[in-house]
Amino acid sequence: MKKKKRANIILEIIGILIGLIWISPFYLMLVNSFKTPKGIFTDVLAPPAEMTYDNYQKAFVELDFVKSLFNSLVITVVSVLVIVLFSSLAGYALARNKSRLSATILLIFVAAMLIPFQSVMIPLVSIFGMADMLNKVGLIFMYLGFGCSLSIFLYHGAMTGISSTLDEAAIIDGASKLQIFWKIIFPLLKPISVTVAILNTIWIWNDYLLPSLVLDSNSETIPIKMFYFFGQYTKQWHLALAGLTIAIIPVIIFYFSAQKQIVAGVTEGAVK
Amino acid sequence: MKNKEFSFWLFITPVLLSLLIVVILPLLLGTYYSFTNWNGLTFTNFVGFENYQRLLGDQQFKSALWFTIKFAVASIILLNVIGLGLALLVTSKLKTSNILRTVFFMPNLIGGLILGFIWQFIFVRVFSGVGKLIGIEALQGWLSDTQTGFWGLVILTVWQMSGYIMIIYIAYLQNVPNELLEAADIDGASRWQKFKNIIFPLIAPGFTVSMFLTLSNSFKIYDQNLSLTNGGPYNSTQMMAMNIVDTAFGSNEMAYGQSKAVIFFIIVAIISLTQVYFNKKREVDL
Repeated sequence: MKKKKRANIILEIIGILIGLIWISPFYLMLVNSFKTPKGIFTDVLAPPAEMTYDNYQKAFVELDFVKSLFNSLVITVVSVLVIVLFSSLAGYALARNKSRLSATILLIFVAAMLIPFQSVMIPLVSIFGMADMLNKVGLIFMYLGFGCSLSIFLYHGAMTGISSTLDEAAIIDGASKLQIFWKIIFPLLKPISVTVAILNTIWIWNDYLLPSLVLDSNSETIPIKMFYFFGQYTKQWHLALAGLTIAIIPVIIFYFSAQKQIVAGVTEGAVK
Repeated sequence: MKNKEFSFWLFITPVLLSLLIVVILPLLLGTYYSFTNWNGLTFTNFVGFENYQRLLGDQQFKSALWFTIKFAVASIILLNVIGLGLALLVTSKLKTSNILRTVFFMPNLIGGLILGFIWQFIFVRVFSGVGKLIGIEALQGWLSDTQTGFWGLVILTVWQMSGYIMIIYIAYLQNVPNELLEAADIDGASRWQKFKNIIFPLIAPGFTVSMFLTLSNSFKIYDQNLSLTNGGPYNSTQMMAMNIVDTAFGSNEMAYGQSKAVIFFIIVAIISLTQVYFNKKREVDL
């Protein structure tokens, strides 16, 4: 028993050491974002000898942070709501319809998950360009197209746990299909909706390539602004690091406010 | 009955339409365009397999493909070893288990673009600063040659994705019945014996899942590549996704870029279908 206790203490120490290594990039980003260029040059590891907040002021302005945060929020929230709504409707319809056609359509959605973004992006941008849809609305529609497959798959799986006797009882009471879905089925699908929303939020919030091809300079999201900002201040690390810290804050808030659901959701998305 | 059909189509039309316009149509059109001299708007004639023949002699494309394969192999091995290690660590009832789990998983939520910039700072400034301090020459000049660019990308990816692989393994570890482990304890089994004979066989399915996840992710990586090395020096650390983007939107060779995209699709599809095959086979075995 004593031997086991010692082994446990060693494991604790190893765990703490690895944990420290893991967060060290964030630590280095944070401490150096408060330094002057000279401060970074003299000692890159230590906390700042003299704190400066000018970096943040400048980065905040250059990133046009209020606007880019707003753009990111609008695009992410609307896309996720659209994906949750239409994918759950489709998952419900496909699960309740037992025809061969329905099974084939589901298979098409699942097979579409094999298609990587880069293999369709060139014609996609061309088609939407011709339709004059290279804007926020077009982007949200694209996110529905790319995001619906996995979401429908997850909803369809969850539907197998919801008995169709519920539907039948509601039909007898005179409810329409849409009422059945909205009043009975959708509330029961809430846990899977949380998973779908989290998976799509992480992806859309961080996405860089697609919005960079679609959006004009007026509706740029945080990653796009970050890319330009970094290119502009590439050797001025004090500014770049302050900008990066600002860009990460919304994600950290999101993580700590819904950590349990996020980890559960990501696990579900991966293992299925 | 008519009514039922109607609501079925009503419910699936929005997603069906978006999938057709956003994914299926571009895939079909793109494959068609790859046999023409398409310039992004129109094309004047068919060129047969000319774009694909050109691919065979494209040193940059071949170098990007080879770099991507090497990158995939290195990151798959490291990610699975470290991911499993972290999973075992945080499930061994430490006082710090919960906080460690939080820390290991955190990089996953942040975009690859931002993480790549942070690590550029670490490789370029922190490494050289520390190298000077303790006198290690090898820490100088990171990301300035192919070798350190390669390992830089691997380290970034492993750091970012290990937490993800970790939670996959945790999900499988939680399925290992406690009675088995307790029985092994009574029989006096060591940690290593328990791992080798009980835990490992039971979490093997998790290995298939995470191996293919990391494999297809490694092929699709773009953001990290862009922000950490931007393909440099001299495009020697350029990966496949970036090569396609550069050909199409950098050099404006749309048809040629699309032929690369078609090859890319075939490679990723083969990887994913192999995964499906192995998953099915495993389910049958069970």
